[in-house]
Amino acid sequence: MNAIAFPPVASAPLADFQPAQAGADPVIILDRVSKAFRPRAKGTPVVALEDVSLSIRSGEIVGIIGRSGAGKSTLVRLINGLEKPTGGTVTVAGVRLAELSERQARQHRRRIGMVFQHFNLLSARTAAGNVALPLQIAGESKAKIKRRVDELLELVGLAKQRDRYPAELSGGQKQRVGIARALATAPKVLLCDEATSALDPETTEQILELLARIRRELGVTIVLITHEMGVVKAIADRVAVLESGRVVEEGPTFEVFSAPKHPTTRSFLQTLSSAKLPDHIRTALTGSAKGASQAVVRVQFTGPQAEQPVLSRLARMLAIDINILSGQVETVGGRGFGTLVIAVPSDSASVEAVTAALTRLELKAEVLGYVA
Amino acid sequence: MSPELFKILLMATGETLYMVAVAASLGTLLGAPLGIFLATSRRGEIFAAPVTNRIVGAIVNATRSTPFIILVVAIVPFTRLVAGTSIGTNAAIVPLTIAATPFIARIVESAIREVDPGLIEAARAMGASPAQIVRHVLLPEARPSIALGLTLAVVSLLGYSAMVGAVGGGGLGDLGIRYGYQRFMPEMMLAVVAVLIVMVQSAQTIGDTIARRLDRRTRRG
Repeated sequence: MNAIAFPPVASAPLADFQPAQAGADPVIILDRVSKAFRPRAKGTPVVALEDVSLSIRSGEIVGIIGRSGAGKSTLVRLINGLEKPTGGTVTVAGVRLAELSERQARQHRRRIGMVFQHFNLLSARTAAGNVALPLQIAGESKAKIKRRVDELLELVGLAKQRDRYPAELSGGQKQRVGIARALATAPKVLLCDEATSALDPETTEQILELLARIRRELGVTIVLITHEMGVVKAIADRVAVLESGRVVEEGPTFEVFSAPKHPTTRSFLQTLSSAKLPDHIRTALTGSAKGASQAVVRVQFTGPQAEQPVLSRLARMLAIDINILSGQVETVGGRGFGTLVIAVPSDSASVEAVTAALTRLELKAEVLGYVA
Repeated sequence: MSPELFKILLMATGETLYMVAVAASLGTLLGAPLGIFLATSRRGEIFAAPVTNRIVGAIVNATRSTPFIILVVAIVPFTRLVAGTSIGTNAAIVPLTIAATPFIARIVESAIREVDPGLIEAARAMGASPAQIVRHVLLPEARPSIALGLTLAVVSLLGYSAMVGAVGGGGLGDLGIRYGYQRFMPEMMLAVVAVLIVMVQSAQTIGDTIARRLDRRTRRG
């Protein structure tokens, strides 16, 4: 039986992943950044971010995940310089925005593109007019604006919709306009603030594909602020988990997914469909082995064993029957990540032998419960 | 109605149109910047100046609370200074403009404040200056509401213009009082009311049409 060998990564739709150029300079550096807001009335300041350090390399896609109120929006506004940190420094493309004059800061903001959850398109302008806005603000010539707008609409696949107004576009199309607009001034960094949170799953996937392509073709660094683990899983090279204004976990997406350390990260991973058991198994599951015939074990494949016929070998070695209840292979950070739920005989000797064997193979095994 | 009276009616209609058109234009010229200031100078806004904002707001409110007929009489010296006379159609334009300006200022202010703050945030993130935000974002986005508000202002001015007969301003209201009421000519009164109804209807229809043309916020079939 060779059922658990993974398909080659390249066949996954979102796997157009290229590691950030080794040794590339960090384009965004947050060094022990804190931000507290003075309350309107007298009282203690509200701390939005505390001691956040993060370094984002050029050409990377970094996911910053957190629940509402974790400080994500504040982080965005610190990176584009619309807020100044109360402690620490924020450096973007070698410049500390907080130290610039308002006029210089405005110039510098053109090097950071913003994509918004609710698109924030001007209703009175067509798709082309919206993409033209940042260029008009930058004082470009009409000829240059027209050329660049055509180029960008082509890039996001909306050349035909150039004269449509936002009200005449679908959510996905609006976000494509938003992305084209954010890229208009050829920024080094694309900040996506919940860019897919208002979209349906299919559209989300298309927008994420577009972002991955933009990184590949233009080399733009992308920061994805989100509360959806699926978004991070799909395209982020690295992920930082934000909780109550602090970064509680940070690392390459694959590592954080395969071995989450912080409870917040784990609870985010729980929200993924792959973490959930099929309903018919979950409802039948009991905590004790008494009266049960089979134990349900979840096995996670993350390493090179993914290529090996682990289960058939296991069955032969231990002379037991192994039943596959459910299985899923995903792409995380460009690598295969498999979850398999199997049923093995429920006697403690078999269960122990199975988990021991799996652990020896460096697979993560977890007994979820027992079924009759 | 005799041809003579018809001629008088026609002239009064012309006077009303003239007064309202000039007062509405001047009122917009003065009121729109004031409205932009009121909308953008509040705390935390792009031209934040909360104290000045409150002072200007108080002056606007004071002007708006003064009944129009009292305003007309109270500012006679000022009217004489500006128009050279305190009697006649041109003189009447002064109080009409002064009444229209704060009204239009509030209309423009509320239209601008309706603009989605997310658009301002987006423009700021693009590196737009406050003046660019007003020009490229706030005014274009507020245009449909401003068009509707200005229609409201024009209709109100038509009503106000009837009162300036008190200072010899002429126009339809004056005609209605002098001929229709004082000389007891009900047919003249009726004619005046009919013309005013047509004017208000036309103003509203034109305003609605313009606002609809400008409004791109809903999908059109």
